[in-house]
Amino acid sequence: MHHVILGAGPAGVTAAETLRKHAPDAQITLVSGEPEPPYSRMAIPYLLEGKIGEAGTHLRQTDGHYDAKRIAYKQGPVSKVDTSAKALTLNDGSTLAYDKLLIATGATPVRPPVSGLDLPGVHTCWTLDDARHIAELAKPGVPVVLVGAGFIGCIILEALAKMGVKLTVVEMGDRMVPRMLDEVAGNMLRRWCEEKGVKVVTGAVVESISPAGGAQPKPAPEAAAPTPEPKRPGFFARLFGAKSETAPAPAQATGFAEEAPGFAGAPENGLTVTLKDGQKLPAALVVVAAGVKSNIGFLDGSGIDTGRGVKVDAFHETSIKDVYAAGDVAEGINLSTGHNDMLAIQPVAVEHGYIAALNMCGVATRHRGSLNMNVLDTLGLISSSFGTWEGVEGGSRATMVDEKANRYIRLEFDGDRLIGAQCVGLTDHIGMLRGMIQTHLPLGKWKDKLMESPARIPEAYVAVVQSAPQVGPTGPKVALPA
Amino acid sequence: MGWTGKILRIDLSKGTVKTEPLNMDWADKYLGQRGLASKYLVEEIDPKTDPLGPDNKVIFATGPLTGTCASTGGRYSVITKGPLTGAIACSNSGGYFGAEMKFAGWDMVIVEGAAAKPVYLTIFDDDVQIRDAGDIWGKSVWETDKWIKAAHQDPMIHVATIGVSGENAVLYSCVVNDLHRAAGRSGVGAVLGSKNLKAVAIRGTGGVSVKDPKEFLKATKAGKKVLKDNAVTGQGLPTYGTQVLMNVINEAGAMPTRNGRDVQFESAGDISAEAMAEPRRSDGHPNLLTNQACFGCTIACGRISKIDETHYTVQNKPEYWHASGGLEYEAAWALGSATGVKDLEALTYANFICNEQGLDPISFGATVGAAMELYEDGVITSETTGGIELKFGSAEALTRCVELTGKAEGFGKELGMGSARLTAKYGRPELSMTVKSQEFPAYDPRGIQGMGLTYATSNRGACHLRSYTVASEILGIPEKTDPLATEGKAGLVKAFQDATAAVDSSGLCVFTTFAWTLEDIAPQVDAACKGDWSVEKMLEVGERIWNMERIFNNKAGFTAKDDRLPERLMKDAAKTGPAKGLVATVDKMLPEYYDLRGWTSEGVPTNETLERLAV
Amino acid sequence: MLKALVIDPGKCTGCKQCEMACSLENEGVFNPSKSRIRVFDFHEDARFVPYTCTQCDEAWCQQACPVNAITTDAMGVKVVHDNLCVGCKVCTIACPFGTVNYNASTGKVIKCDLCGGEPACADACPTDAITYRDVEQSGYDKMKVWATRTSAGTESHGPNTPA
Repeated sequence: MHHVILGAGPAGVTAAETLRKHAPDAQITLVSGEPEPPYSRMAIPYLLEGKIGEAGTHLRQTDGHYDAKRIAYKQGPVSKVDTSAKALTLNDGSTLAYDKLLIATGATPVRPPVSGLDLPGVHTCWTLDDARHIAELAKPGVPVVLVGAGFIGCIILEALAKMGVKLTVVEMGDRMVPRMLDEVAGNMLRRWCEEKGVKVVTGAVVESISPAGGAQPKPAPEAAAPTPEPKRPGFFARLFGAKSETAPAPAQATGFAEEAPGFAGAPENGLTVTLKDGQKLPAALVVVAAGVKSNIGFLDGSGIDTGRGVKVDAFHETSIKDVYAAGDVAEGINLSTGHNDMLAIQPVAVEHGYIAALNMCGVATRHRGSLNMNVLDTLGLISSSFGTWEGVEGGSRATMVDEKANRYIRLEFDGDRLIGAQCVGLTDHIGMLRGMIQTHLPLGKWKDKLMESPARIPEAYVAVVQSAPQVGPTGPKVALPA
Repeated sequence: MGWTGKILRIDLSKGTVKTEPLNMDWADKYLGQRGLASKYLVEEIDPKTDPLGPDNKVIFATGPLTGTCASTGGRYSVITKGPLTGAIACSNSGGYFGAEMKFAGWDMVIVEGAAAKPVYLTIFDDDVQIRDAGDIWGKSVWETDKWIKAAHQDPMIHVATIGVSGENAVLYSCVVNDLHRAAGRSGVGAVLGSKNLKAVAIRGTGGVSVKDPKEFLKATKAGKKVLKDNAVTGQGLPTYGTQVLMNVINEAGAMPTRNGRDVQFESAGDISAEAMAEPRRSDGHPNLLTNQACFGCTIACGRISKIDETHYTVQNKPEYWHASGGLEYEAAWALGSATGVKDLEALTYANFICNEQGLDPISFGATVGAAMELYEDGVITSETTGGIELKFGSAEALTRCVELTGKAEGFGKELGMGSARLTAKYGRPELSMTVKSQEFPAYDPRGIQGMGLTYATSNRGACHLRSYTVASEILGIPEKTDPLATEGKAGLVKAFQDATAAVDSSGLCVFTTFAWTLEDIAPQVDAACKGDWSVEKMLEVGERIWNMERIFNNKAGFTAKDDRLPERLMKDAAKTGPAKGLVATVDKMLPEYYDLRGWTSEGVPTNETLERLAV
Repeated sequence: MLKALVIDPGKCTGCKQCEMACSLENEGVFNPSKSRIRVFDFHEDARFVPYTCTQCDEAWCQQACPVNAITTDAMGVKVVHDNLCVGCKVCTIACPFGTVNYNASTGKVIKCDLCGGEPACADACPTDAITYRDVEQSGYDKMKVWATRTSAGTESHGPNTPA
C-alpha cells in the first residue's frame, strides 16, 4: 500500500506520522511543495523578529525524524493528478503512483487586484523564502506598509513592529481582524497599536503600488537619527550561521508622515502605496496579507470536487475514492455549524491530517467537526476568539469591557451552553473556553453567574467539570499523622 | 527578602497615593506586621487623637513570612487607635488577603485622613486607585465582595471591607476579608468607616522571595512536621476547630456564662464542636460541612457551616442557605454561653450576620449578655429594646439583636456602643465584662487565673490573643501550670506576651504556638529575612513591641488603674466547677508583673527598660 | 508503570501550599499567579478544587504546537521546551482543560511538567489531596473519559493522540 501525501505542512506531517503508526508496513511518501524541510508557517513571524532561527520553524525537531519513521520525502510540487490512473505528475515531469492520496497542499496568499504587486519590494509573508526577502528590507526605521490587518496580517504586524520599522497597516474592513474580533475588541487593538506607534488605516483599499516618483528618497540627516535598535544578529546570520555582509548602517526615517523619508537597503527608488482615497504612503517594503486561498489549481481536470477548497465528507474523503484532503485546502466540518467550511488554522490542520490518515488506513473515523479559534498577540495585547463568537439568534450574550485596562470578554450562549467567545487581555486558562464550547457543556446555574460576571469562566468550567460527588459533605480534612 | 521593602501611603483627605521604601532599621527592630506597623503608628499619630477623627491613621500590615510557604504564612493585621478602647489596636486576620497584599508588592498600606465621600481602594499590583464607593456604601460585606469582583471583572481579587456596622461607627465593627475572616477586635472597622473608606481590594501577581530559599524550605518543612505531629494542631484543630475548647473550658469551670454570672454553661455540649459535627435531627446533615485553611495554613482550623434551611432564622431567606464561615470557639461562646443561648443554628446564623455586617462576635455577644442582664434586672425593658424580650437563653432575642446591630437600627444602635458604654448609660457599669472597655473573651479568670492578668494588662483591652496562658494552664503547652494558682503567672504572662508579639509581627498565626515555640519559628524567620533572627532576638523584639504599645497607651491616658478586671470577677466567687469559691486575683499578680516588665508601680516603663530595649 | 498526580478535591482545605511549592520550584519565588496548579475556591459549596494538567494522552497542546516545542517524555509527561517555544499561544487555546498558560514575563508558555518526576505540589500538600502515584489507581480514567468527550473525532479516538 502506497500512501502519498501532497503537502508537508502540519496536516501532511501529522497524516504521515499517523499512517505510520497505524500502518507499520505501508509505503509513505510526503511530497513537499517547497524546497525546505517541513516547517511551520505560523513560526515565520517569530523567525522575522529573531526569536528563533530557521531550524526553529521546523515542524519536527528530531534529527532523522522522517527517516526513522520511513517517510519518504520528495520535492514537488505536483502539477497534475490522474485519479483514474492513480498517478501524479510532478513539476519536474516525473510521475508517482499512489494507492491512497492525501491532498494537504494548503493555501497561498491571495493577490488582491492592485497594480504594482510584482514590483521589487512587494512581498507576501507566507513562505520561508518570503521571510528572507522581508528580512532583507525591513530594517529599523524604514517605512513599511502592511496591506491587510486580518489574523495573518496582525501576526506579521507584530514581527514587523518588533523589527523596528515605521509601520502603516492598511485594512479594508472597518476594524482590525474583522473575522476574528468584533468592533469593541478590534478597536481596542487598533488603539493599542496606535499607542505603540503603528499607523492603522481601516476602511481603506489599496489602489496601486508604484515606484516612488521623482522625489528620490534621501538618507535622513545623521543627527536626526534616533538611537538604533540594539544589535541583533542579522537575519542571514541567524539563517545560515554564516557571516553575512554587513548591511549599510540603516539611515532612520525622520518622521512618520513625511512625504519621502529616507531609507537605505530598500529598492532603488522606494515605493509609493496609493489608496483609493488618494492618500499616498511611502514604503521601502510592502507586505501583502490580504487573505489566502486553497491550492487547488493543480486539481483541474482530476474530477475531484472542489469549491473554495477541496470538498470532503465526514471521513475526509473527496468525491473520488481513495483520495482524501486535509488542512487549509480542505472544506472540513465546522463544529459550530455542522457545515463544511474553511478553517485555516494550525490545530484544525492537525485534526484533519489525523482523521484523514486514520480513514486512509482503514480505521473508519468520522469527524465531528473542528472548532474555529484563534489567538493573537499584537504587540503584547493578547486576543482570542472561539467558535460562534458573533452569537446566534435567540441566544444570550455576556460582555465585560474595560477600555482603560484593555480587557474585554464576550461570551455567547445558546441556552445554558457556551457557543462562542472572545477575549482581549486575558490569557489564564483560556483553553477552557474551547473545552466548554466543544463539549457542549451544560452550565446550569453557572451560566447565570457568567452572565453577571464573564471573567468567572475558569471557575465555571472547573465547577461544572469537577462537580461535587453526590455523597454529601466531606467533613473536616485532617493531615495524616506523619 | 521576606519583606517587599515597599509601603503604600494613601491620603484620603488629599486623594493622593504615594509609595515609600520600608524603613529597614525599624524592620530590624520590630520585624513586621503588628510590631512594625505599630512603630509607624506611634511615630505618626498623637496618642490622644480621636480614634474616629481624620488624624487617626489605619495601617494594613503584613509580616515578612506573609505570602511564603511557611505554614500559616498568610496573616495581616489592621493597626490603628481603637475606638472601642482608645488604646492602640491591632487586629489580626487570616484568609487570603494578606498574602495577596504581598504578591501585589506591599508590606503595608498606611491610610491617612478622611475622604469627603465614600471611597474604596484598589491595589492591583502597582496600580493603586482611590475609587468612588457610592455604589457599595450601605452594602454588606458579602455584597461588597461580590460587587467589587464583578465591577473589576476579576474573581481573583481579595477584598477587605467593612459592613454597614463600620459605616455606622459600631464600636466593635471589624474589617472582614475573604467573606468571613476578620480583623475583628477593638472596632477597627469603625475607623475605616470614619474615613469613608469602605473597602480595600487587592490583586497581586508578583512574587515574594526569601533570603535563603533552601534553608527556608528546610525550616518551614520542619515546622510543618511539628504541626502535623502535634495532637492539637495536627488533629484537634482541623477536626474540631477552636471549638475543641468548648467542652474542655466548660469542664475546667472557666466558661463565662450569662454575662459572667456563672463559670459553667449547662448547655455547652449543645453548642460544642461535637454538636457541630453531629447530623441534625431536622435535616440529617451536620452543621459543619468542612474545615478550611487560611492561606498557607497546614492546620486548617476554619469552620465552614451551613444552616439548616428549615431553621426559623433562615426559613424564607435562601440567601443564607449556602456554606460560609461557621462558629469558632470565641464566637460560639460569646453568642452562646455569654447569652445562655444553646440553639446551635441560631448561633451559626448570628455568626453569619456578624461576618456579613462586620461585627466582632465576641464584643457583640458579650454586649448582648450584658444587655440581657440589664433586662432581667429590670434596668431596661422591652420598651427600651423595641419589643425584644431580652432574656438569657432567648435565641430569638439574640438573632433579632444581631440583625439590628448589624444595620444599626433600633436597639441595635445601643448595642453597638459595646457593653461598657451601654451599662454605663443605664447606671450599671459593673455589669460590663470588659477591660479598657473591650469585652473579654471565652475564658473566665476565676477558673484560669493567668487569663485575669492577661486581660488586665493586654494593650488592646481584654483579649485572649495577647498571651494565651490557657495553653499552659489548661492544655499544658509548653508545660502545665495550675490554672487556679497565681504563683509564677506574672512571668508566664510576660513570656507569652513577648513571644506572641513576635509571632504577630512575623506573618504567622498565633495558633501555631499550640505546637511551635520560638525555637521553631526563629529559624523560619531567619531563613527568610535579612539579619540574624535568633530566639533571643525574637523575644527582644516582642518585648520591645510590648513596651512601645504600653507607652502609647500611657500617653493616650491609660494608667495602672485601667489594668483591672470587672468587679464581678474579683468579688463574686465561681459557683461551680473546679474553681468553685474562687475569684480572680489579679491584684496579687500585678506588682510582680510590673516588676518583671521593668515598669514602675504605676505601670510605666522605666528609663532603664526603655534604654535596654531601645524602644 | 506511569505515575500521575491524583487530585482528590474532597481532601483539599484550600491552603494553597501547592501553589506556593509550584511557583518556588518553577519560578524561584512564591507567586501563586505563576503556579502551574491552581486551587479553585467554591466558597458557597464548601469545596476546594486543585486543578492542573493531567498529562492527557490526547496531548492537545502538543499537537497544536507548530514548532514541536512540546514533547512527551519517557514518563508520559508533556514538557514545554523553552528553547523551542516561540510564544505563539496556540497551545493555550488548544488545551480544552485550560492548563497551559502564557507567561508574559518570559514570552513562553508554562504548564505542569510534574517537576521531572517529583512534583513539588504533591510533596507540599498537607492533606494528601494531591498525591503522585500509579495512574491505574487514580481517578485518572475519569479525566480520560472526559478528554475523549472533548475530542473532535470519534468517541474512541482523539485526533490528537501522539502519532
